[in-house]
Amino acid sequence: MNRGFWAIFKKDKLGMLGLFIFILFFVIAILGLILTSGRHPLFDPSMIRLEEKLKPPLSHANINVLSPEQIPPFGIYIFGTDELGRDVFSRMLQGAWVSLTVGFVAVGISVAIGIVIGGIAGYFGHYYIKNYHMLLICLFSLGIFSFVKRYWSALFCTLIFLLLLLYVKTKSPFLKKGIISVDTLITGIIDVMLCFPSFFLILTIVAFIPGSLYSIMVVIGLTSWMGTARFVRAEFLSLREQDFVLAAKALGVSEFRIIFRHMMPNAIAPVLVSATLGIASAILTEAGLSFLGFGVPPPHATWGNILADGKQYLFDAPWLTFAPGIAILVVVLSFNLFGEALRDALNPRLRY
Amino acid sequence: MFPFIVRSIIQKTITLFFISIISFSVIHLAPGEPSQINPMNPRFTPELIKRFRSQFHLDKPLYMQYLIFYKDLFSGKLCSWKDGRPVLRKIWERFLNSLPLFIVGTLLTWTLSFPIGIHSAIKRGGVFDKTATFFAYFFISIPGFFFAYVLIIFVVNTFHVPVIGMKTFGFSSDSLHMIMDRIWHMLIPSVLSATGGIAILSRYVRSQMLEVEAQDYIRTARAKGVPEDEVHYKHALRNALLPFITMFGLVIPGLIGGSVIIESIFSWPGIGRMAYEAILSRDYPVVITLNFISAVLVLIGTFISDLLYMVADPRIRL
Repeated sequence: MNRGFWAIFKKDKLGMLGLFIFILFFVIAILGLILTSGRHPLFDPSMIRLEEKLKPPLSHANINVLSPEQIPPFGIYIFGTDELGRDVFSRMLQGAWVSLTVGFVAVGISVAIGIVIGGIAGYFGHYYIKNYHMLLICLFSLGIFSFVKRYWSALFCTLIFLLLLLYVKTKSPFLKKGIISVDTLITGIIDVMLCFPSFFLILTIVAFIPGSLYSIMVVIGLTSWMGTARFVRAEFLSLREQDFVLAAKALGVSEFRIIFRHMMPNAIAPVLVSATLGIASAILTEAGLSFLGFGVPPPHATWGNILADGKQYLFDAPWLTFAPGIAILVVVLSFNLFGEALRDALNPRLRY
Repeated sequence: MFPFIVRSIIQKTITLFFISIISFSVIHLAPGEPSQINPMNPRFTPELIKRFRSQFHLDKPLYMQYLIFYKDLFSGKLCSWKDGRPVLRKIWERFLNSLPLFIVGTLLTWTLSFPIGIHSAIKRGGVFDKTATFFAYFFISIPGFFFAYVLIIFVVNTFHVPVIGMKTFGFSSDSLHMIMDRIWHMLIPSVLSATGGIAILSRYVRSQMLEVEAQDYIRTARAKGVPEDEVHYKHALRNALLPFITMFGLVIPGLIGGSVIIESIFSWPGIGRMAYEAILSRDYPVVITLNFISAVLVLIGTFISDLLYMVADPRIRL
């Protein structure tokens, strides 16, 4: 990232707006976490006031019927209240942190997996998986199996075979015969994963494992790494042939250092862009899951489940739909705008 | 061309095998067994669970379950756990309900996004381009379920008509009214499913068109005095359209994947809603089959798009 990048980025007004909202959202989410957690939070998202059901936004709290600890801050409901009299603004604050963490952690997982898998396919793709690798894997799983089932004699035999295999592996031509190249294997895996429509697959998995915030993050991360892997693979394939890599090799730089210090900084631009856009789609996916009722279990508020709870009162209390809906829209929009601006600014063809 | 088809079919068959394994094993990620659908249900006595297990082969090892499952699926004997009806027939019925929605949505997407994209590429940086770009980002970012409710509020408050379901209940006076009623109910869901598609596709058309317009042969065409319209619509457009032939094959999978949320909001008895209900009631055969079928549709779609590309672009002989 040099000065040229920032000069181009600054000219993109929509991108700057996106960046501004992005930072604002970050601050709000962290403030929201601080203000809504603890034993006596300033904004209590789970305080039930049955006397104050479905109050419209900016209405004043009825101080006469509420006990002192039930009165919201400043005495007004900024976004109104829901069907249990809970303050929607507090619930939105709590939900902001969920959206933020889901977006960042899920994308972090998917980017990490994508970089590792794409990097292996791009850099080590020309190696072949040989027969003795397969045998090694078979023996290894056999060993673990007999260890778990406590068949000690089988474990002993497996270990002997393992040692034997390690000893003869370079001598036998059959064991050295390649089956499939690493690149073919990994692109095959990516193709298989791409066949599944992602939202439906995520929905299926999330519905069948116990619902929590972390499982959603992990599931979204595990099902969306394919794009990053493809980018990294393509970049690595072309970078590997470049002169500076050859020079580094000639200097005797270790492979680890070549990959992470020399090649990765050059391959990171498209990853960064797709990560930014990925955060937007992860937030949307989480909201969709919460909306369908699979997601962070209640009473914890997320923007998706505030909206889902509000749909019964669509005509009587539209703010229950509009507040979270507009919040999701604005945040996702800012990430999309920021990502597109980033793509333009990082594109070397646009830099004169 | 022929060797390509054979090679591609072999490849796709291998992929299909792994897809079948994944879609089968996803279900078994869940802790506990499928027979423990609801352990709190007092009607689930141990005998009943045992009978249930043997009836659905749950007492066999996993690989046998896998084999039996796909044997039943391909011979059409696979039955839903909920009502005991054949899964394939159930899916087919719901598919027929989803089909009109899908067709109208796809037609709207493909007829609207091309003119929008092309026009904003030609008038790059103009008012139309800026507006179109803004709305494209807006519709990409808006959550579908929120937009659905905004539309419902708007339509119900303005026209005072029902919008949920496939038809108005108890409303079947004569055929003309009935058809109008059906079309009316179809309108909002299909517009909804089209907006996202229009936004994405028109951006794609625009960038493709811009890329082609920057090529040397376009400059050559201008230099030799070809009229501007001809440059745009004859030289540039034809080349810009090429990648979209491949996207045509990828339309097919949208049949199942994209409709879960919209169909469950509008109580539309289609495939997406069936998937949602099956997941809620843990109807494993239906869930596995739907996952499997949608992945197979993607596979078929990519195959068709490869073929189309090869026919359309003489430069590519894969």
